[in-house]
Amino acid sequence: MIVANRKPFEEIIEMLKPYSKILLLGCNECVTVCATGGSKEVAVLASEIRLYRQKEGKPVEIGEVTLERNCDPEYVESLKPFIHDYEVVLSMACGCGIQFVGEHYRDRLVLPAVNTTFYGVTEEHGVWTERCQGCGNCILHKTLGICPVTRCAKSIFNGPCGGSQGGKCEVDRDIPCAWHLIVDRYRELNMMDKYLEIQPMKDWSTSRDGGPRKRVREDLKI
Amino acid sequence: MRLSYPTNVKIIKVPCTGRVDITHVLKAFEDGADGVYLVGCLEGDCHYLVGNIRAKKRVEYLKHILDECGVGGERVAMYNMSSAEGQRFAEVAREMTEKIRTLGPNPAKKEK
Ligand code: SF4
Repeated sequence: MIVANRKPFEEIIEMLKPYSKILLLGCNECVTVCATGGSKEVAVLASEIRLYRQKEGKPVEIGEVTLERNCDPEYVESLKPFIHDYEVVLSMACGCGIQFVGEHYRDRLVLPAVNTTFYGVTEEHGVWTERCQGCGNCILHKTLGICPVTRCAKSIFNGPCGGSQGGKCEVDRDIPCAWHLIVDRYRELNMMDKYLEIQPMKDWSTSRDGGPRKRVREDLKI
Repeated sequence: MRLSYPTNVKIIKVPCTGRVDITHVLKAFEDGADGVYLVGCLEGDCHYLVGNIRAKKRVEYLKHILDECGVGGERVAMYNMSSAEGQRFAEVAREMTEKIRTLGPNPAKKEK
């Protein structure tokens, strides 16, 4: 899932200063699962903004809507009948959703209420951690299921570096060293000979370095 | 026991403090409550095992939210007592009322 964090309240309040009719938009997908921008978080943030603005003597009207998805046109279009009743949209969806809604309603500003942060997993209830950076050329078969692009601070391909100590990364002692984990896996699976193969330089053109990416399936186009 | 406690305390019954959601408490503040406190069973005595522990965590989170929006986190509290502690219930009601009285009215209260 895409994991996001809510922006600091002061930043949100500052963005909303000129407005008194706000559409607060949530998303039922990733940001619901990581408890950042689902209908529940929309309700809490709406209350918080109302309380703040009431206290400041500048009350606001907030519409609370959570779309099934903010990254698909059919759902985004469902905002049409009422989006213009509001001066501005404050979105708790990920960066994709925020942009996509803005593209559909060019006369409305869509402000971000969250910082979209990473692709990750629910490690335990209430804890999410990063697993993938979408580099566009997966090498998990070579590193036995542990991504060094994401989980190694230096994204190195022939690790570990000299900073790995007792299984921890030198960047932060709370972060497991990705390469330590990878070597553990090689050992577990009796594949140490494979570990000794030198990995060539990665072609990063499939990643962000090649510019924004696109996927097309001609057979699905209408 | 016929114990008395301040009349300004309004009781909302829930099956367990674990049922209390952050949005419920925020709504109370939006509707003009000056303070909200949760009274749950003693820790370890929850009929639903951990309802009161969850409530305690939610109260902590609520404090943070109320501080952020300027209403003030000290306006929410969590107390634990057994159903046999009527005396304590009345005492807590007085204690909370006193505390809120010192803090003054909810700054986000709407003009009537
Ligand atoms: S200690 Fe491990 S995870 Fe950290 S930078 Fe070095 S190889 Fe990467």
